[in-house]
Amino acid sequence: MSRRLETTFQRLRDKKEKALIAYLMAGDPGLAETEQLVVALEQAGADVIELGVPFSDPIADGPVIQQAAERALKNGTSLRKILDSVKSLRQRTEIPIVLMLYYNSIHAMGCDQFCKAAGAAGVDGLIVPDMPPDEAGPLKGPADAAGLPLIFLLAPTSTPSRRKLVARESHGFVYYVSLTGITGSKLSNVGDVQDNVKKLRKVSTAPVAVGFGVATPEDAARVSKVADGVIVGSAIVKRIASHQQDPKMIGNVAEFVRSLKSAMATG
Amino acid sequence: MPMLPDSHGRFGPYGGRYVPETLMPALLELEAEYLKAKKDRRFQADLAYYLKQYVGRPTSLYRADRLTKKLGGAKIYLKREDLCHTGAHKINNAIGQVLLAMRMNKRRIIAETGAGQHGVATATAAAMFGLECEVYMGTEDMQRQALNVFRMRLLGAKVTGVDAGSRTLKDAISEAMRDWTTNVRTTHYILGSVLGAHPYPMMIRDFQAIIGKEARKQILAAEGKLPDYLVACVGGGSNSIGLFHPFLRDPKVKMVGVEAGGSGIVSGKHAARFSGGKPGVLQGTMTYLLQDENGQINLTHSVSAGLDYAAVGPEHSLYHDQGRIEYTYATDTEAMTAFDLLACEEGIIPALESAHAIAHVIKLAPKLKKSQVIIANLSGRGDKDVQQVARMRGVEL
Repeated sequence: MSRRLETTFQRLRDKKEKALIAYLMAGDPGLAETEQLVVALEQAGADVIELGVPFSDPIADGPVIQQAAERALKNGTSLRKILDSVKSLRQRTEIPIVLMLYYNSIHAMGCDQFCKAAGAAGVDGLIVPDMPPDEAGPLKGPADAAGLPLIFLLAPTSTPSRRKLVARESHGFVYYVSLTGITGSKLSNVGDVQDNVKKLRKVSTAPVAVGFGVATPEDAARVSKVADGVIVGSAIVKRIASHQQDPKMIGNVAEFVRSLKSAMATG
Repeated sequence: MPMLPDSHGRFGPYGGRYVPETLMPALLELEAEYLKAKKDRRFQADLAYYLKQYVGRPTSLYRADRLTKKLGGAKIYLKREDLCHTGAHKINNAIGQVLLAMRMNKRRIIAETGAGQHGVATATAAAMFGLECEVYMGTEDMQRQALNVFRMRLLGAKVTGVDAGSRTLKDAISEAMRDWTTNVRTTHYILGSVLGAHPYPMMIRDFQAIIGKEARKQILAAEGKLPDYLVACVGGGSNSIGLFHPFLRDPKVKMVGVEAGGSGIVSGKHAARFSGGKPGVLQGTMTYLLQDENGQINLTHSVSAGLDYAAVGPEHSLYHDQGRIEYTYATDTEAMTAFDLLACEEGIIPALESAHAIAHVIKLAPKLKKSQVIIANLSGRGDKDVQQVARMRGVEL
């Protein structure tokens, strides 16, 4: 079992730093670019990569990530090819890589086969946005066996009993959804985020990362004050989309990530 | 037979609640409130009142003599859901869920719609109770069901076009789920078929089971025996499960669900989940889906917008596996033939969805004895389809 995720959070905690978790849609604009982006973003200060697996019907995602998924699917990106990419990335980097994928992608391959392949490729965790802990039964055993922590989401609407359930079942970190909505929405009240993270800490010792709606260095700085990690998705994907034809796309996205990380350090 | 679904919303291996955590509390609240309402005499009395006085229930069970004679076999009865207010069975569920929304103090209603019948029913119920209503509809469907778009707007609803994916029902559901995820505190999502996460498939089945309960009484009164066959079209599967459910414990009653065969199974352009699909998870539920080997959802095709969907209700998946219900399909062409036949023989223009059920009756009835009885569910009327049929035939209106 890899300890990349655990080690990373520990190392950051020792340095009193917060984790910057950068989301990329695998295969947008192409898998070769995704691999280059992973390496470049690590150099720019990303601590964890969350790699989105494109799905035709992503119910938890806003238009930015939906369109990125459509582009990735159009160029033939598949889960198998993404796992190959992760495997090849492991020759070059030890940055923790967690996959964010809808359950049907896993189900189509089979939980067992998928977890074995993902573990072997060097994946460090799984976020399945349409699979609450209540439905995770069939995935749990194979994920455990492959050393893949299941990272569950907690939402502002979650009740105390669900908070306990998510805290108990989530490993690696807990993904706190900053707002009642879908990815790429506008960040709401950071005070509410803080309150909810505090409540979560009472029932969980796992690191807490906050995502959905973190779009600017200022957002990242504010959120990093109240959590162990900050997840930035749509804002990065949007930048990739708008620089598709630009040969300096990777440098441009890396620059943005650098500005996020530096805001988190000084903000 | 055990009570289905179980407490996890499972119909055997199917069903469940595959949704983002943000929606889980709302689904649990909805389930709790629905179970309370189900036992609440006041709620049931209100529902019964509106179904009778507003929707016009019970709908009749009409003996289609000319169709029977034409086909020369079994005696054919039509359950006339087309006579419901707004023209289809969808209103049975919309009224039930609007009453629930009011119990939960949710004053904003959202819905998805394919053919527009559920959208119209929801807009109607929302208007009658003074609730705000927004309906999501794929832009492809908005084009083929333009009349229903206008009807919804007349009823004061906001109709929002969805320009993603196949621009049909599936994409409208995803967009409605995203709206619900964002506005869950103030909004109730009225899903239109026995799809999605628990408790929807159970609750909507219960609201639609009125169809079968009435039909059972009516056929016993008319024939003094239960029918030999029940036939209904299956998109998500709400009109069919509504008719079938009250007969499931009658082993001699055979049931046939008719999916959209589109241009034929070999063409790949269809929505026959049981002929070309396999189990998977889409939009909250585990069920049979049309998908590729990587689990990406396939585009579907049907002349009928209401059957043009990649998944089927999870309860149907169980009965399919158990063999309790037989599932077959009718192609676009067969449905059009049935559409014309029913219009000319019986003076009833059926919805294109319901025409799929009639298409199967055309195949089945001649093989049966004259003493045998078929009930076909005429789930909706065809007024909404007249423009599309004219267009297909090159007739300018």
